[in-house]
Amino acid sequence: MRKDLVWLFVGVLFFGLLYILNWGVKVISTDLLVWVGAFLTLAILSFLYQDNPFYKFAEHLFVGVSAAYWMCMGFWNTLVPNLIAKIHPPIVKGVLPAIAEKPPEYWYIIPAILGIMLLMRLSPKAPWISRWALAFIVGTTTGLNLVRYLRSDFVGQIKSTLIPVIVLQDGSLTIGGSFSNIVVVLGVLCGLIYFFFSKEHKGMFGVASRVGIYILMITFGASFGYTVMARISLLVGRMRFLLGDWLQFVQ
Amino acid sequence: MSFFETIANIDRRVIFLFIGFAVIIPVLLSFSCTEEASPIVQAIFDKIESLPEGSKVLMSFDYGPSTVPEIQPMIDALLRHCCEKNLRIYMMALWGTGHNLISESMVDIIEHEFPHKVYGVDYVNLGYKAGNQGLINVILTDMKKMYTTDAVGTEIDAVPMMVDIRNLKSFDVILSLGGGFPGVKEWVLFGGDPGNVPVAGGATAVSAPLLYPYYPRQLLGLLGGIKGAAEYESALIKGYPKFKTHSHPGIDMMGPQTVAHIVIVIFIVIGNITFFVARRKEGDERGERGILK
Repeated sequence: MRKDLVWLFVGVLFFGLLYILNWGVKVISTDLLVWVGAFLTLAILSFLYQDNPFYKFAEHLFVGVSAAYWMCMGFWNTLVPNLIAKIHPPIVKGVLPAIAEKPPEYWYIIPAILGIMLLMRLSPKAPWISRWALAFIVGTTTGLNLVRYLRSDFVGQIKSTLIPVIVLQDGSLTIGGSFSNIVVVLGVLCGLIYFFFSKEHKGMFGVASRVGIYILMITFGASFGYTVMARISLLVGRMRFLLGDWLQFVQ
Repeated sequence: MSFFETIANIDRRVIFLFIGFAVIIPVLLSFSCTEEASPIVQAIFDKIESLPEGSKVLMSFDYGPSTVPEIQPMIDALLRHCCEKNLRIYMMALWGTGHNLISESMVDIIEHEFPHKVYGVDYVNLGYKAGNQGLINVILTDMKKMYTTDAVGTEIDAVPMMVDIRNLKSFDVILSLGGGFPGVKEWVLFGGDPGNVPVAGGATAVSAPLLYPYYPRQLLGLLGGIKGAAEYESALIKGYPKFKTHSHPGIDMMGPQTVAHIVIVIFIVIGNITFFVARRKEGDERGERGILK
């Protein structure tokens, strides 16, 4: 308990000190929404210390608001224009007058039925009906993705790797460009060799495999660095909100 | 307890406190760094710069409030550049949360900084449509099949700048700003590659490493995280010095970012030294007890 009070004291002291330093210079925000945002930000950040009721409140509020937001978006941006307005256009005259005069497209009843079938998952008696609609979704998505991924991620990436290792510009060798292309080609080959398990990783094959693992490690390191940058960006964003929009310390 | 033992058992909250100070102090002191556009960022700037007046730019807002600090500076800079070049901007969203963010960007940047721009002639908000990559697949061949109205309910053919739009191939460049699925990758796979339309992107730092393999053959350029945004802002200021007086959150955020990274690097170094010291000490103790290594 004593430790908790020390941490609380440090937090209050820090923000108090900032406020005193700023005394008489600028005025704290009077916007209620900014205060709500500041309270919720601090409530979420309080989890860094330990779980507490403020954090729980903010977390539950977030979940509730998100669910409501997506429900409204789903209804007004998907169900109304893509289904109701298609089957019976005059019904949306009040919200979408531009398409209320269009002729009905009754074949949209088929996706409507599939949608209802999906909801049958909630029925204790016939949840199996939802599998048919789900099978339709899985089938179409697989078919759609297969072609595109094969073209762009497989063939496209192979094409991107088939690059000259000696780069010439205006008839002379470009060392930077050549080195970059060599790294790409060798990196891909060594990375692939590392994942080739049909041959024992010995001799030159073993060396290439070891280079492959180093390449992978460098990739993971770069990804970690980017992740750190992303998280720090979010923290900076929140701090700029707290110290700028709320406390008005910075412009 | 030795120094290294103390460090090894340090409370994680102390580290949080250090990171907090590393961010708060530079924000208070308005510490920022100078940025220079890297080739991958410069490629997007040059592309927009090369487009003639009236060219059509499709901007997809594929992000939500959780990634606003990273993506919004990119959007602001790109919108300013497109408006300055008198390009026609078509804004849409693959994410439901992007819908409101389009409206905010329209008010904050276009209406506020370029009041002479006319809605429906210079820019249009097409809003959010469900369907993820399926939506891109449909608009690749027929834009108006999915977009029968704009975001405010105006019939699509009544919007002057939509009259000569048939499909994705009608656009000169596609800019996808996002932080996940669907996002830049889906625009490359389902829009850019099959339609042969140049796609450029801005992505959160977390997803940026997965997108670099598409550059430069399948992706025109990429703004990776806040660093990418800062680089684009600096390129914009360099090209158009009048934007120096406008807000440039990307450049402003790079100061705290740099300090926080230095602190993290120091912690990683200390952590590694502590680990090796502990391992060596453990080895010595085992040796003293006569345990074979």
